[in-house]
Amino acid sequence: MALLKIKFTFQSRVRLAQGLWLLSWLAVIAATLTFSMGVFLKAELHKRSEVMDNTEIHAVPNTLIVVGLASLGINFFAGRICQDALDTTRFPRWKSFLQPYFILSLFFTLLMLVAVIMSYAMKGNLEESLKIGLKNGIRFYKDTDIPGRCFQKETIDRLQMDFRCCGNNNYKDWFEVQWISNRFLDFTSKEVKDRIKSNVDGRYLIDGVPFSCCNPESPRPCIQHQLTNNSAHYNYEYQTEELNLFNRGCREALVSYYMGIMNSIGAGVLSVFILQMSVLVSVRYLQTATEALVGQENTEIETEGYLLEKEVKETIKEKMDTILKFLPINQVDAAAGQGSAEVGEKPATPAS
Amino acid sequence: MAVLKVTFTKTKRDKLAQVLWILNWVSVVTGMILLSLGLFLKVEIQQRRELMSDREVHSVPNMLIAVGLIACGINFLGGKICYDCVDTAKFLRWKLLMLPYIICTFFFTFLLLVGALMCYCMRNELEESLFVGLRDAMRYYKDTDTPGRCFLKRTVDMLQIQFQCCGNDGFQDWFYVQWIGNRYLDMSSAEVTDRLRSNVEGKYLMDSVPFSCCNPSSPRPCIQQQVTNNPAHFNYDYQEEELNLWMRGCRQALLEYYTHIMQSIGLTVLIIWLFELSVLTGVRYLQTAMENVLRQGDPDSESDGWLLENSFAETARYNFNIIKNLGKCYQVDDDPNIDVPSTAQHDPQTGEHL
Repeated sequence: MALLKIKFTFQSRVRLAQGLWLLSWLAVIAATLTFSMGVFLKAELHKRSEVMDNTEIHAVPNTLIVVGLASLGINFFAGRICQDALDTTRFPRWKSFLQPYFILSLFFTLLMLVAVIMSYAMKGNLEESLKIGLKNGIRFYKDTDIPGRCFQKETIDRLQMDFRCCGNNNYKDWFEVQWISNRFLDFTSKEVKDRIKSNVDGRYLIDGVPFSCCNPESPRPCIQHQLTNNSAHYNYEYQTEELNLFNRGCREALVSYYMGIMNSIGAGVLSVFILQMSVLVSVRYLQTATEALVGQENTEIETEGYLLEKEVKETIKEKMDTILKFLPINQVDAAAGQGSAEVGEKPATPAS
Repeated sequence: MAVLKVTFTKTKRDKLAQVLWILNWVSVVTGMILLSLGLFLKVEIQQRRELMSDREVHSVPNMLIAVGLIACGINFLGGKICYDCVDTAKFLRWKLLMLPYIICTFFFTFLLLVGALMCYCMRNELEESLFVGLRDAMRYYKDTDTPGRCFLKRTVDMLQIQFQCCGNDGFQDWFYVQWIGNRYLDMSSAEVTDRLRSNVEGKYLMDSVPFSCCNPSSPRPCIQQQVTNNPAHFNYDYQEEELNLWMRGCRQALLEYYTHIMQSIGLTVLIIWLFELSVLTGVRYLQTAMENVLRQGDPDSESDGWLLENSFAETARYNFNIIKNLGKCYQVDDDPNIDVPSTAQHDPQTGEHL
């Protein structure tokens, strides 16, 4: 029993071919969009790659790029197939091409679905990567004289100003890190010596933050030093002061920014997936309906189109048998060879 | 002698008409480009209107917008005319309109040229406007509680961060302005009262700058307070320190930005002017060729096209005479058809002089 059989008259075959041609060109545009979205996402992730610990999140844009390119090819061929489908003389040359074409197309279309799922599911991965990356960025903020780390300060400062955020979780992360380099500290001063002695690691810790945490919206000139000391500033209470510094942590800001991009891209790619599946289904129907015409004299008769010739289970069994036949081919031959040799020997021994 | 005479066969005339039709539509597109350039410039200036004092800086974008709209209209009409010029019957409809159309378009191209030159000349006015505007903005930086000025602090901070500049000419401008509001100053403290008394106007002046002047590229955490006081900071010499704060003044930064935009726009307008001039020349040739064909009577014959029928001097003299004679409308002339009573008295009966 064929799967999802539909009868096609000549008119409906023609209309299917025309509709498919239009659909395949739409799908080409959609594939180009997918490709460009992948490139855009990759560029955005690359821009802030210094605050990310690993590049696993790049799997999402890479998959999108691959799928976009593959879809371009798939839909281009779909357009060519439907152009030839109405001409029974030209259609047979596609015969050997179509089986691998469908397998590849199905694979890449499913890959599209995988990309969509990944874009939603990789949030945790991204968050972890940013957590470690930002922690290191803040720790190496002061190391502007160490090669390999000398641009961390500028990166973190620009990040905090662009995304309007401060620290990893919030501004208090800066209190636990020495962000002023030793070469700018006067070690003869009593204040510096006290602070260094006050903690186990001998770090110069202050309740101050870099200038990039300052919020321009504040009605008051920015207070960056002695943040928790209310008496150090006139008319100031740090618990009620909300506009002085940025309240958001940079990890939260970056995660929400990238998830926003990836969610929109995911929704777009889902619609491209649906479009692509409909193109593939139409090509399959067109192929099976036109193949029934081959060898017939009258090309205007009614034919049947189906998705699979037999039921799903039977088709799978058939394919598995074909694959299994190819695999242990040597063992079967060797066993058959041995078996025939034994059979050959056995009659010999009773004779002698 | 005609100026730059060219002979046109019928096919050449038709081809000229078709080409001009296409070129006119291209000119409509360039008119729209002009319009959008004018709108863009207007939006850019509007965005920073708080930093510019009210001056005539809006004249350039307004001029560009007007010229763009006129260009669209004129070239749309021109396209229609050229489309009809292939057929001599349809040309008759437009015959009377064509000469005024060409004269109008000629003056319009002058307007385009003026627009382009204005783009290049706006710089001085803009500089004045920015100087006064930025000075006032810095003065009112602290007035975040005064309605109408409460967002000036944010505007100046965002400007300094975005354009990587500090103060009007340099960061020292902040030393002469009180940029901390009085409500954040402890008036009972000795330090504050000392500073207030140290100058005539009673302003709280210090050698510090706002945080937005800080340069993120500096290897050292930003020094904003006591900028000129070397011993206040370890290992610091403000005369040698170039990366700590932004060195450029905001007036220069904004001026460079706007001058760059206007120079690009001015160049585009000049190119569009040359294009319009060539289209106008083509339309003039087409008009004269079509008129000559009509004069000859045979629509398929060859005809001449020119820019001016006689030489420049003769045309100028001719037009000058017309203008002179316009004034003589109501004066007596030697036309024999007009009955002018003579000054001498005649006896109506005998015809003798009295």
